[in-house]
Amino acid sequence: MRNIALVDVNNFYVSCERVFNPHLINKPVVVLSNNDGCAVARSNEVKKLGIGMGAPWFKFKELANQHGIVALSSNYALYADMSNRVMSILREFSPHQEVYSIDESFLDVTGFQSLNLVEYAQSMRARILQWTGLPVCVGIGSTKTLAKLANYCAKKIERFNGVCNFNSMQEEELHKLFECIPVSEVWGIGRKMAPQLEALGFNHVRALQRSDPKMMRNKFSVTMEKTIRELNGTMCIELEERHRTKQQIVSSRSFGIPVRDFSSLSESVTLYVSRAAVKLRQQASFAGSIYVYIRTSPFNEKDPFYSNGLTIPIPSPTDDTKQLVRLALWALRKIYKAGYNYQKAGVMLSELVPREGIQTSLFSDSTLLDQSGNLMMVMDSINKKMGKGSLKLASEGFRKPWKMRQENKSPCYTTNWQDLIKLESISPRNQVTKDGYLRMKNSHLPKLSSAEQAAPRLHPGIPVIARNRITSTDC
Amino acid sequence: MMNERTIRRAIPLFSSKASAGFPSPADDHLESRLDVTEYLIDQADATFFAMVTGDSMRDAGLLENDIVVVDRSKKPVISNIIIAIIDGEFTIKSLGQSKSGRPILIPANPDYPIIEIKDETDFQVWGVVTGSFRRFR
Ligand SMILES: [Mg+2]
Repeated sequence: MRNIALVDVNNFYVSCERVFNPHLINKPVVVLSNNDGCAVARSNEVKKLGIGMGAPWFKFKELANQHGIVALSSNYALYADMSNRVMSILREFSPHQEVYSIDESFLDVTGFQSLNLVEYAQSMRARILQWTGLPVCVGIGSTKTLAKLANYCAKKIERFNGVCNFNSMQEEELHKLFECIPVSEVWGIGRKMAPQLEALGFNHVRALQRSDPKMMRNKFSVTMEKTIRELNGTMCIELEERHRTKQQIVSSRSFGIPVRDFSSLSESVTLYVSRAAVKLRQQASFAGSIYVYIRTSPFNEKDPFYSNGLTIPIPSPTDDTKQLVRLALWALRKIYKAGYNYQKAGVMLSELVPREGIQTSLFSDSTLLDQSGNLMMVMDSINKKMGKGSLKLASEGFRKPWKMRQENKSPCYTTNWQDLIKLESISPRNQVTKDGYLRMKNSHLPKLSSAEQAAPRLHPGIPVIARNRITSTDC
Repeated sequence: MMNERTIRRAIPLFSSKASAGFPSPADDHLESRLDVTEYLIDQADATFFAMVTGDSMRDAGLLENDIVVVDRSKKPVISNIIIAIIDGEFTIKSLGQSKSGRPILIPANPDYPIIEIKDETDFQVWGVVTGSFRRFR
């Protein structure tokens, strides 16, 4: 029998924030999606208030005021770094790892079954908590679907103390347990399929587990059949052990014959973006920014030299070729100058985040923007403002529309030297109060409300656009 | 391909093998260049940086704006410099023990008081400081 573990960080984004801002501990905290549109992570306190995943901020704003909920903008730089730490620590516990999402990892621990796997999993939890400050739960089962379900139990049922191993439980006990879990909690079933299953009388996981996989395949799909087989302990979905995902994807090429006109250049750039987007999807990532550059030959002394590049932050990270191409061509239009013999063009996708960390349905802001034409409008307005070569101006202009929607972003504690945790809070001796109790100064702390004021002060003169310089060569 | 010249350049001046005086093929001397990250960091996944403000650790050589290396994988031991959270605030101090066995936080500057951790104090060791660095320009 296989022993598959699923390790999942509890309330990942909120937990990350709490590591660096202890004031958030035991307080109701939500993290909002990119444009501060809706809740993408909730602390347990917030879940108890009945605020659902994906709830739009404007709908629960009042409730938030009432209960003192702290709403934070998402800080993907921080989450991505903390995720990398967790995944790297887990790799020490088994060489067979599938990083499933920004905060979830499957581990094949079959090779460690001579150990007490519950204890082994507890040592994972202890180490991740000690090393990163993040709480995780571990579920163990004989298939990925069961491991997922076991993780759900580890999270929801207190007596498991954060680790639930189906493989060490009696069958009878398991069946009882499964009778209490709604089918919607089964991996791959989801909220859409669940009502259909319930209408057919499959009210709990046990009922689904006992169903005839072949019949269910006919009624639903092959996926459903696999799910049922997996619930019965037959591994149908193998671990996908991936190499570590790349942090940047570059696609570029030198032209055999110099290119002069915009339309040829845009064709090339479109091609490069499409190629890069394929790679992006292959490694299951979304890009948070795109860089486009063009240049003439530096070795041709007869022709005038020109080289320019532009980075565009993508407000809602995406892997969609169409969107990426649109952004790239917009950038190309900004940097293209007629009358030069262009010899090379390239694109680079960076600020990559795992796809699963981002829930497409919740991050539809960009699509909305596109539909209303807002994005293009914003771009065109900058177009007017922009003098030639003034990247900095462009960056500020571009960022402004979204800046107000990133009001409460915490500092990038682990990825920016200017954003480090500030130590020292102890008053000198003469500031001890009469009762002998030390009052801590806290004015220097990375407080939520100060984040927005701090941001411009901390990053003077660093334009967001053109932050990335291409150093890599053709790939 | 490396030619002889590049290999020679790559030999560190104070390679232990070189100083031992045994002749060996140049390849044996190929070591990676000194790396400050490697010097300062033992456990990268558990290491964080923080910035010192104030002068309460002055006599331990930690000045305003110094960056400290914080390793969360290390068990704090008495006399270690640690990052602690007291009532929700970060602070950097030496970890000590009072006569009654309670943890105390000792500043490295006589202008600052020793902090005794009482039962009601919300206290937690966030990480152990294993090093520090600063730039002059
Ligand atoms: Mg999670």
